Amino acid sequence: MKQEMAYDVAGNSYPVTDYKDDYDGEKFGFWIFLLTEMMMFGVLFLLFAINFYRHSELFGTSSGHLNVWLGGVNTVILLVSTYTMGLASLMMRQAKVRASAYFVGATVVMAIIFLSIKAFEWSVDIHHGIYPGSGILDAKDKGEILFFGLYFVMTGLHGLHVIVGIALMAWVLLLIRSGGIRPEHNIVMKNVTLYWDFVHLIWIILFPLFYMIGV
Amino acid sequence: MPSFYHETETVFGTHKNPILQWIFTVDHKRIALLYMGVMFTLFFLAVSAAVTMRAELFFPGPQFLKPHTYNELFTFHGVTMIFLFIVPGIPAALGNFILPLMLGARDLSFPRLNLLSWWFYVIGVATAYSALMSGHGFADTGWTFYAPYSLRTDSHVLPTLIAAFILGISSILTGINFVVTIHRLRAPGMGFFKMPLFVWGLYSTAWIQVLATPVIGITLLLVILERTLNIGIFDPTKGGDPILYEHLFWIYSHPAVYLMILPGFGIVSEVLTTFTRRTIFGYHAIAISSASIAGIGYLVWGHHMLTSGISDMARIIFSLLTFLVAIPTGVKIFDWIATLYKGSIILATPMLWILGSIVNFTIGGLTGLTLAAIGADIHLHDTYFVVAHFHYTILGGVMFMFIGGLHYWYPKITGKIYDEVRGRIAFGLMFVGFNMLWFPMFIAGFLGNPRRYFDYLPTFTIYHQIAGVGAVLVASGLLTILYNFARGLKDGKEAGPNPWNATTLEWHISSPPPLENFSKIPYVDFDPYEYENGEPVVRFDENFQRVVR
Repeated sequence: MKQEMAYDVAGNSYPVTDYKDDYDGEKFGFWIFLLTEMMMFGVLFLLFAINFYRHSELFGTSSGHLNVWLGGVNTVILLVSTYTMGLASLMMRQAKVRASAYFVGATVVMAIIFLSIKAFEWSVDIHHGIYPGSGILDAKDKGEILFFGLYFVMTGLHGLHVIVGIALMAWVLLLIRSGGIRPEHNIVMKNVTLYWDFVHLIWIILFPLFYMIGV
Repeated sequence: MPSFYHETETVFGTHKNPILQWIFTVDHKRIALLYMGVMFTLFFLAVSAAVTMRAELFFPGPQFLKPHTYNELFTFHGVTMIFLFIVPGIPAALGNFILPLMLGARDLSFPRLNLLSWWFYVIGVATAYSALMSGHGFADTGWTFYAPYSLRTDSHVLPTLIAAFILGISSILTGINFVVTIHRLRAPGMGFFKMPLFVWGLYSTAWIQVLATPVIGITLLLVILERTLNIGIFDPTKGGDPILYEHLFWIYSHPAVYLMILPGFGIVSEVLTTFTRRTIFGYHAIAISSASIAGIGYLVWGHHMLTSGISDMARIIFSLLTFLVAIPTGVKIFDWIATLYKGSIILATPMLWILGSIVNFTIGGLTGLTLAAIGADIHLHDTYFVVAHFHYTILGGVMFMFIGGLHYWYPKITGKIYDEVRGRIAFGLMFVGFNMLWFPMFIAGFLGNPRRYFDYLPTFTIYHQIAGVGAVLVASGLLTILYNFARGLKDGKEAGPNPWNATTLEWHISSPPPLENFSKIPYVDFDPYEYENGEPVVRFDENFQRVVR
C-alpha cells in the first residue's frame, strides 16, 4: 500500500502512521501490558516480602518442605524454553519458517513438562494435607499458613500464565500455518516471545523465594 | 454526507442486522455510544438508590427500609457509581469518541481491543448485577470491601468482587489503547505540547489505569480466594493482616479518584477556551500539572487510613504528600481563572456547567485539605464530612464536568443542537439542588453525624431534610437534561461542523463525523487554541491542507 502523506502550508509532505499496520505501536502496547502484569505480580512479591519480614524463621522451615530439586529442574526447563522461543522468533525473521515452527513446538513441549512437574509437586503437597484451608495446615503456625497460602497463590497464578502461554503458542503455530505470521509480518510472534520471557522471569524470582530460602 | 451512523465496520466483517452492527462494531465512535448507553442507564439506577436512601433519611428513625437493606442500597449505589459509571466514565464515553478526532486519527490504535474492553465491561456489569437475582441480596460491605468483614459476611460479595476484577481488565485495556494511540497516532507535526488539554487529561488517566488497576485486580482476586479457599493473607485469625488490605485497596482507589477527575479537568480547559474566545492561560503548566497530579496522587493513599493504626511517621508523610497534590490542582484553577480574565465570556450551557464545576470542585478540594490534616481527620473521619467532600469533588466536580462535556460535544456526536433554555434550567436545578444536598452534610459531619448509618440523632434532622429537598432538585435537573437531549435528537436544529467556533481538530470535520473521521490527515503545526478577534485562526480546505488567509 502507498504511504499516506500529510501536507503543510508550504506543501511539504510528512508520513502518516497507519493505525491498521503499526508494528512499533503494537510492540509498545504489549510492553505496557507486561507492565500491568508486573504491577500485579509486584503486589504479590510485596506481600511475600512483608510476611517474610514478619515470620522469617517459619518461612525458612516451610521452604524446607518444598523439593528444591524439582523446582530447580523446572527452572532449567523454563530457561531453555525461553531460549528456544527466542530462537523461533529469530528464525522467523530470517525467513526460516519451518525451523521457527519447530522451535515453537519444542517450547510448547517444555512448557507442558514444566506444568506436569508442577502438578506433581502440588499433588504431593495436597496428599500431605498441605493446602489452603486444610485442617492440617490451619493447625500449624501462622507463618507456615501464610507461606503456603502465598506459595499456592503465586505458583498458581504463574501456572495460569504458563497455560495461557501454551495456548498462545498453539495459536502462533496455527498462524504460521495459515500464513498469518510471515517473516515480514511477525508482530504476534514477537509479542508472544516477549510474554514467554516475562513468564520465565517471574519464575526466576519465584524459585529462590519459595525453594531456596530454606536451604 | 454519510456519517458513522450510516456505515460501520465490525469485527466479523459486515452484518445486515443493525443490532449486530452496533455490538460488534470496531468504530471508536460507536463504541463510545455503546458505553454511554449502558453507563447512563446504570447511572440512573444508582441515582434512584441514592434518592431512596435520602427518602429514608428524611425523618430520624426507621421509615420504610430495613437496616440491612439500607447497607445493600449504599453498596449498590457505591459499586455502581464507582466501578460501573465514573471509573470507565469520561475516558470510555467521551474520550473514546473525541480522542482520535482531536489527534487527527482515524481510530484508536487497537479498535478490536476497544470493542473487547466494552464486552468485558458488559460482562462485568452482568456479573455485578447477578447478585441481585441470586436471592441472597447485594453485597453489604460498601464499595470498599474492607477485610475482614468482606471475608465473613453472609451476603453475596463474590459476584461483586468478580465483577470489579473483570471491570479492572476492561479499564486496563482502555488505558493501554489510549496510551499507545496518543504516542503513535498524533497527526504529523503534533508534538506532545500541541495536543489539546483534554488529551493530556486522558493521557495521565490512561497511565493511572495501567499502573494502578492491576493492584486492585490482584487484591480483589486475593479476597475472592480468601472467601473460597481460605488462603489467610488478609485474615487475622490465620496471621493475615487486614490493614494490608486497606493499603492495597487504596493504592488503587486513591489514584482512581484522579483517574475520574483528570479527564474532567481536560474538559474544563476545552470548554473555557471555546467560550472565552481566547487561548488558554498557561498551557504548559496545565499539561504538566495533569501529569504531576497523576504522579503525586499515586503516593497519597495512606490518608484514607490516618485512623487505621499506621505509624505516626507514615501519617505525617502521607499528610504532607496529600497537601502537595493541592499545588498542581491550584495551578490549574488559577490558570483557568486567568483564562477567564479579559476573555469574551459566553455563558452558554456547557460554560455554565464548567463554571459551576470549578466552584464546586474548589470547595471539594479545599475540604480535602481539611481532611488531610491529621488532627482534624481524627475528628472528621467516618462522618458525613468525608462523604460531602467526596461528593463535592466527584458529583459537583467530575459529574458537572462530564455533563458540561456532553453538552459541549452533543452537536458533534448527534449533529443537532439541544434547546439552550432547557439546558440552563437544568443547570440551575442541579447547581442549587447539589449544593443544598451536600453542603448541609459538611455541617452535620462536622457536628459528628457518622456516615453509612441507617439512622441519626434527631438533632441532625434539619440537615437531612434540606439534603432531601436538594436530592429532589438534583434528580429533576438530571431528568431535564435527559429530556432536553432526547428532544434535541428529534427536533434540534442542524449543528453544522463547528457551532461553537471552537479550534480543535474535531470541529473541522462534519457533525456527526464520517466513518473514518478524516478523509485526509491534516498537518498540525499550530497550538490547539488560537483565536484572533474571536475567530479561530486555523482553517483547512477540503483536503485538510491549512488555508492561509
